[in-house]
Amino acid sequence: MSPSTYVFWFLTFVAVLSALNVVFTKNAVYSVLSLIVTFFAIAGHYFLMNAQFLGIVHIMVYAGAIMVLFLYVIMMLNLNETFETNKDTFFHIAAVIAAGLLLVTMVAAFAKTDIQMQSMVDNSEIGYLEELGKVLFNEYLLPFEIASVLLLAAMVGAVYLSKKEIQV
Amino acid sequence: MLTKRSKLVVKRKMSLTERLYLPAIFNGLKITFSHLFKRTATIKYPEQTRPVSPIYRGMHVLKRDEAGAERCTACGLCAVACPAEAITMVAEERKPEETHLYREEKYAATYEIDMLRCIFCGLCEEACPKEAIFLTDRLIPSTYDRDSYVFGKDILVESIEAPVDVTKRQTPEVLEFKKDKKHYHNRTFNDAIKKSGLSAHK
Amino acid sequence: MELLVFKALLVLVVFLVSLGVAAYATYGERKIAAFLQDRVGPDRAGPFGLLQPIADGVKMFMKEEIIPSVSNKWLFILGPCIAMLTACMTGVVIPWGGELSIGESSFDLQIVDLNIGILYLLGVVSTGVYGIMIGGWASNNKYSLLGALRASGQMISYEIAMGLAIIGLVMTTGTLSLKEIVHLQDAGYANIVYQPIGFLIFFICAFAELNRAPFDMPECETELIGGYHTEYSSMKLGFYLFAEYINMFISSAVIATLYFGGYHFPFESMTGLEGNLLTLVQVLVFMGKVFFFMFFFMWVRWTIPRFRYDQLMHLGWKVLLPLALINIFATGIIMWLNGSLN
Repeated sequence: MSPSTYVFWFLTFVAVLSALNVVFTKNAVYSVLSLIVTFFAIAGHYFLMNAQFLGIVHIMVYAGAIMVLFLYVIMMLNLNETFETNKDTFFHIAAVIAAGLLLVTMVAAFAKTDIQMQSMVDNSEIGYLEELGKVLFNEYLLPFEIASVLLLAAMVGAVYLSKKEIQV
Repeated sequence: MLTKRSKLVVKRKMSLTERLYLPAIFNGLKITFSHLFKRTATIKYPEQTRPVSPIYRGMHVLKRDEAGAERCTACGLCAVACPAEAITMVAEERKPEETHLYREEKYAATYEIDMLRCIFCGLCEEACPKEAIFLTDRLIPSTYDRDSYVFGKDILVESIEAPVDVTKRQTPEVLEFKKDKKHYHNRTFNDAIKKSGLSAHK
Repeated sequence: MELLVFKALLVLVVFLVSLGVAAYATYGERKIAAFLQDRVGPDRAGPFGLLQPIADGVKMFMKEEIIPSVSNKWLFILGPCIAMLTACMTGVVIPWGGELSIGESSFDLQIVDLNIGILYLLGVVSTGVYGIMIGGWASNNKYSLLGALRASGQMISYEIAMGLAIIGLVMTTGTLSLKEIVHLQDAGYANIVYQPIGFLIFFICAFAELNRAPFDMPECETELIGGYHTEYSSMKLGFYLFAEYINMFISSAVIATLYFGGYHFPFESMTGLEGNLLTLVQVLVFMGKVFFFMFFFMWVRWTIPRFRYDQLMHLGWKVLLPLALINIFATGIIMWLNGSLN
């Protein structure tokens, strides 16, 4: 095995272990911190695949911004181990169904993309910024723009919701 | 508007340059930068000291006379004058063999000043008819327990070898002031009675 | 192999220099504060108090280590470690000088020339907030928690404006590599000429990211008795303070690199300097620029009073963010008019 394989297995181990910890730990803050570790491990995977840009953006956006906000909210609400969540069986069943659906979707998606991924990894330049930009703004321009419109809509919605609170 | 110095605060809308804040910030930076080249207002304390006034009111001293006898006669005027009630004393009669120790026939066996009560007003000094107690420019040393701030005669009485110089406080004006009967603490008991118009027998 | 040894040495040198500069930044801060306020400042340890940082360091080590019994012990220790780690990581991509030739071979005075250097900086800075957040939360103290919350809110808000300010710069230079940005500035003018508003936004955001006055709400003494490091003592507190000063050093270096020509100086080719001598002068010039900005950080600290938190948020979201967006559009339009876009 080459050194990068060792690194790969190490990162995978860390990612899976911390992802499991996210679900199983009772303390909300630990959960968020484990998720951050997971994100770092996944960013490491990006680096291994020579996708430096994606890796660093992953760290910046997920670990550096979104998880900070998660942590912010959890710290502000001061959730700790004594905080009892809703233990209704209905929520349990709904959560299991939702998670199961997500799993099915992801498995189905990954099963199809496997071959495509292989061809991409061969091209070592694929993760570079220029290549990514060309692909994003030529081949996938429409999905990119639609995604940005979706985000904008979400943002406007969030602003509207927070405004409404003030007026009441 | 009594002093005609008050200014009416007008909350007007700020102009664009004011709302930018940057010009104001640069002005502030200019001012602070100019202070880099100004003389320091502080001194390096243990090496340098500020001049102390000759009539600085610091730690008290109980003076001895030229022969080395204590001047205090335990009359209690200082304790009466003291607004903080910091002075306590016990008087005792002098024995014949102690004439070289005490100047008057009565002396203070104990004389204590609670330095935590003392406000260093100097009224004891003014009240003293025997020129026995003076405030000096010495500071009270700090300690960790309150009891040690009650200074007894062992600390207050000056030593014969190293007398404390208080000549700066004994100017003719001061001595004149001490005789002025206008002040309550300069009056003797008889003076006070005369002023009040009561007779001593009543 | 030779390269690896050189880079390892460079890493060590950069690390030690960062620590040294951070240590003397504390001294500089106290001295400058003193001078700006017509005082003398520390002058007891050594001539002009030059040994003061060493005395402070010894004091920090000798202090009693206190971990509050109600705190979360591991996270309490992890906090300052993360702060220190992220502070030290940022120096990796800074180009400190030109080429240094030893014997036959020549080496760059930059540890790694990442093709995403700027993004790396932003990424590391954005994770730096965890040191403060974790430490503040683990202390189990109201003031620490408030400090941590303020820090995270503030850093998230200003990171956006900072990133957008940099985008304007990236548009004009067309690269994310710090080395190339420095070279481009040597060929043309310093980037401040092209991006004055971008620089202003970046500079203001740097104050907020560093938690320095006038944006030092996460640790303001008057309101939060130290904020996130209220419960810290001994060397863990030292780590936090050190990390802060290292961050200040690195931010000054980044500002000098991005907007003020990095290690290059005007009329460089006219001086006729060559080889290692030129590199030495370049490093000194770069350090001069860095020290000027560090001085500026301190200078501002003793000039402008602290913002209120709502004023901070107002400035970040309603002033700097739109300004950065306008800057991007303006840059784009000017580039389009110039014909530098195809």
